[in-house]
Amino acid sequence: MAEPVDSMVQNNRGSRLIAHAVLILGILIVAFPIYYTFVASTQSLQTILRPPLPLLPGMEFFDNYGEALFGGVGRIGGVPVSTLLFNTTVVALAIAIGKIAISILSAFAIVFFRFPLRMFFFWAIFVTLMLPVEVRILPTYKVMVDLGLIDTYTGLTLPLMASATATLLFRQFFMTIPGELVEAARVDGAGPMRFFFDILLPLSRTNIAALFVILFIYGWTQYLWPLLVTNRNDMNTIVIGLKKMISFADADTEWHLVMVTCVLAILPPVLVVVLMQRWFVKGLVETEK
Amino acid sequence: MATISIKEVRKSYGNQEVIHGVSVDVEDGEFIVIVGPSGCGKSTLLRMVAGLERITSGTIEIAGKVVNELEPRERNIAMVFQNYALYPHMTVFDNMAYGLKIMRLPKAEIRARVDKAAAMLQLEPYLQRKPRELSGGQRQRVAMGRALVRDPAAFLFDEPLSNLDAKLRVQMRLEIKQMQRSVGTTSLYVTHDQVEAMTLADRLIVMNQGVAEQVGTPISVYEKPASIFVAGFIGSPAMNLIPAEAQGNGLRLAGGGVVKPRDVALPDAGRKVLLGVRPEHLGVVDGSGGADLAMKVAAVEALGADTLAHGHAQETGETGEMLVARLPGSTRVAVGDTLPLAIGPGMAHVFDAGTGKRI
Repeated sequence: MAEPVDSMVQNNRGSRLIAHAVLILGILIVAFPIYYTFVASTQSLQTILRPPLPLLPGMEFFDNYGEALFGGVGRIGGVPVSTLLFNTTVVALAIAIGKIAISILSAFAIVFFRFPLRMFFFWAIFVTLMLPVEVRILPTYKVMVDLGLIDTYTGLTLPLMASATATLLFRQFFMTIPGELVEAARVDGAGPMRFFFDILLPLSRTNIAALFVILFIYGWTQYLWPLLVTNRNDMNTIVIGLKKMISFADADTEWHLVMVTCVLAILPPVLVVVLMQRWFVKGLVETEK
Repeated sequence: MATISIKEVRKSYGNQEVIHGVSVDVEDGEFIVIVGPSGCGKSTLLRMVAGLERITSGTIEIAGKVVNELEPRERNIAMVFQNYALYPHMTVFDNMAYGLKIMRLPKAEIRARVDKAAAMLQLEPYLQRKPRELSGGQRQRVAMGRALVRDPAAFLFDEPLSNLDAKLRVQMRLEIKQMQRSVGTTSLYVTHDQVEAMTLADRLIVMNQGVAEQVGTPISVYEKPASIFVAGFIGSPAMNLIPAEAQGNGLRLAGGGVVKPRDVALPDAGRKVLLGVRPEHLGVVDGSGGADLAMKVAAVEALGADTLAHGHAQETGETGEMLVARLPGSTRVAVGDTLPLAIGPGMAHVFDAGTGKRI
C-alpha cells in the first residue's frame, strides 16, 4: 500500500543491517516465550520440573496433546481441553457475530430512520460505553441467576453482546454513505431491509471483518464473566480452565498439559488474525465508497 | 411515457416556505428544464416530483394519477443524480439491473433491457466493471442507463452534468438530448447552467426564490423575459438594465439623456421603469445621428468571434449603470473610444421599476 519512501530512509548497507538487527531482536523477544511454551508442551512433566528446560522440542508431542485434548485433565474436573476449546469457540463466535448483528442494526436504525427519541436512544447507547461488564457485574449476575442462565452458552455470551463501540463505528461509517445512494435505492424500489442487505451490508464488509477479528479475540480472552457465570467444569472456557490447572504448589501442577493448553489457546485467535488479515487491514485503512 | 401536472405546489421547512406555489403542466414526451440560481428551490421541486421530499400543499400528478402520498418506487419514475449515485460494490451490469431485479422481471428480460441500454450508451465493454474503474463520463452514462432500462413514465435529472469537465459536458448534453428524443420519455431536468437549459429544453421553467418566474420555450424566454430576474439570468453577458422614466414618446434616463426605442410599446408618461437591452442588440452606427446611446469604453474583452465593450453611456451619466455591448469580433475598439450605439428595432425591453415585471 504505502510506497517505500527512499528519501526518508538512508539506503546504505550499514543502517539497513542495524535496522534488521533491531527488528530481529524485537521478534526474538516477542516470539521466544511462545516458542518456549511450545517446547515445554512437548516435554514430559519430569523434564519440565527438572531445570534447565531443553531449548529443542521433546518427544512427548503426541502423548501430551492427545492426553490434554481427549483424556481429561484432573485439576479441571476431568474435562478434556477439546471441550474447553469448543466452549470458547462458541462463546467467541457468538459474541463476535451477536455484537456485529446488534450494532449494525442499531446503527442502521439511528442513521437512516427518523423516529421519536432517536437522539435519546443514540445517547443511551453511547452512555453504556461507561458501563463495561465489570461495573455492572453484580446486577447482571443477579439477572442471569433469575433467568436460570448460569452454566449456559446464553448466559456466557448475552451480557457481553451489547456494544456501544461497534454501534458507533458503524454509525460513523453509515454517515459517510452519500444521501444520493440511499435515494437512488429508493427510486430503484428497494425497501429499507432490501437496502440494508443489498447495499449497506456489502459496503460494510471490510468494517465487519475488522470488527470480527477484534471481537473474536475479545470474546476468546474473556475471563471475569465466564468465571462468575459458570459453575460446571464442562462449561468453562479455555482461559478459566488454564487458570484452574495451575496450582499454588509447583509439583502439583501438570505443567506439560498447561503448556499444551496454552498453545491451543493461542492458536485460534492467531488463525483468525492470519486468515482475516487482508480484510482486517482493508477495513482499517480503506473506505470504499 | 406520461404527462406530469404540478398544481400550486408548496413546500415548507417548519415555518419557512421555500416553494411558493408552483404550477406547470408537462406534456407527454416533453423535455422541461428547471433553471435558476442555487437556493431557488429547483432541486426541491424535482425531489417532490420524485417522491424524495414531502409536498406541503398542492398536488403532483404523474400520468393523471395524484402521487402525493406515493413512495418513489410507486411513481414509476427514474432519476439521474448529480454525483451519479452508483452502487460502488456492483458491476455496471448489476447497477443497471438492480431496479429490474427488485421489480422481479425474468432474467432474460433484464439481460435484454440492460444490453439494449448499454448499446445505446456505448457501455457494452464496461458491463463487468465496477464504477470506480470508470471515468466520470462513463459513470454518468451508467447512471443514465440505470434510468433508461426501467422504461419509466418520466426521467428526472438533478444537475447530472455539473461534475463533468466543460468538454464532456457539451458532449453529454447532446447525448442526453438524443437519448430523450429517441425514447420519447417525459423529462424534468434541473440545472443552474443557462446554456444547458437553453439547448436541452422544449420548455423552460425559470425559478427564483421558490417562484416560477416564467415558463416558456427557450426562445420565448429569451425574447420576452417576464421579469428583470429572468432578463438578467437568461443570456450571457446579462442584459443591460438602465433606470429610466417614461416621458411622452421616449424614456428619460437618469443622466438626462432621452432614448426613443423603435417598435416598442412605451408605458404611460411619468412611470418609473427599467430599460433592458441585451448586449448583442446594441450595434455601432455611423455618426451619432441614428445612435441611442453614446458609450465611453472603459474596458474591452476580445473573445475572437465577439468583442465585448464595457463602459458608461453619456445618457446615463458617469455614475450610472455600466453597460455591455457585444460587437462583431472584427470591430476594432480601444479603451477611451466613444461608441455611438443603437438599440435594435423591437429589441428594447421595458420593466416596471417597482415590481420588476415586464410592461
